[in-house]
Amino acid sequence: MSLRSPLGRVLGTGSAKEGVQHWWLQRLTSLALVPLSIWFVVSLLSLPSFDHAIVAAWMSQSWTALLLVLFVVVGAWHSQLGVRVVVEDYVHATGVRTLTLVVVTFAHALLAAAGVFAILKVAFGSAA
Amino acid sequence: MPQRPLSPHLSVYKFKYTLATSILNRAAGLVLSLGLPALVYWLMAVASGTSAYTRASALLSLGVFKLLYLGQLAAFCYHLVAGVRHLIWDTGRGLERAQAQRSAWVVAGVSIVLMVLLGYWAFLAGARLS
Repeated sequence: MSLRSPLGRVLGTGSAKEGVQHWWLQRLTSLALVPLSIWFVVSLLSLPSFDHAIVAAWMSQSWTALLLVLFVVVGAWHSQLGVRVVVEDYVHATGVRTLTLVVVTFAHALLAAAGVFAILKVAFGSAA
Repeated sequence: MPQRPLSPHLSVYKFKYTLATSILNRAAGLVLSLGLPALVYWLMAVASGTSAYTRASALLSLGVFKLLYLGQLAAFCYHLVAGVRHLIWDTGRGLERAQAQRSAWVVAGVSIVLMVLLGYWAFLAGARLS
């Protein structure tokens, strides 16, 4: 049985091969977050104190800064993909849903950008 | 378009372990999303210098935030273990009913053990830091 619509067959349209993109990105980001999140929790709880000097010194180590950037970017990405599905599932009014999706996406982009900016600022040594 | 019922319909499913593990994973993911603004706020505070950091630390030490950290810890443990279960499912393994039932118990057990261990460590770290 063909699942293509008669109109689609006449117009010669088909899959844009992007149907699995959301699914695939969610798996990729989750796979990356397994080691990244474990590293983050262990690294954070291993800090001798949360004094500014200690935290800033930690953040300015090259490997810490690199992994923190990856953690924030991939974490925000995974979060955006997840929250998007929740909104699509439970917010039924079309207008409210679209608006919520716009706000959610912008908020995640802002958080990711701010996080990366903060890490790099400390890592490149321009924090006061 | 005809108005067809769309999944997920929380109210029409019988409450079973499949529903419980699935909705818990989603809830845990949402809780973790709430942690993201707090994390970024903290990172921005570090980048803004000592006085800004002192102010942010005072805010982040409030009881509301301690509750948030507790939620983050529990949600992280569950979401991590349940997420690995999903990744294993994606390879086509463990999808039989008996296997899925067993792995649901494994997820519950492992995540609770992880919560206790990590909670104890975080409590020790909290006691040391304050």
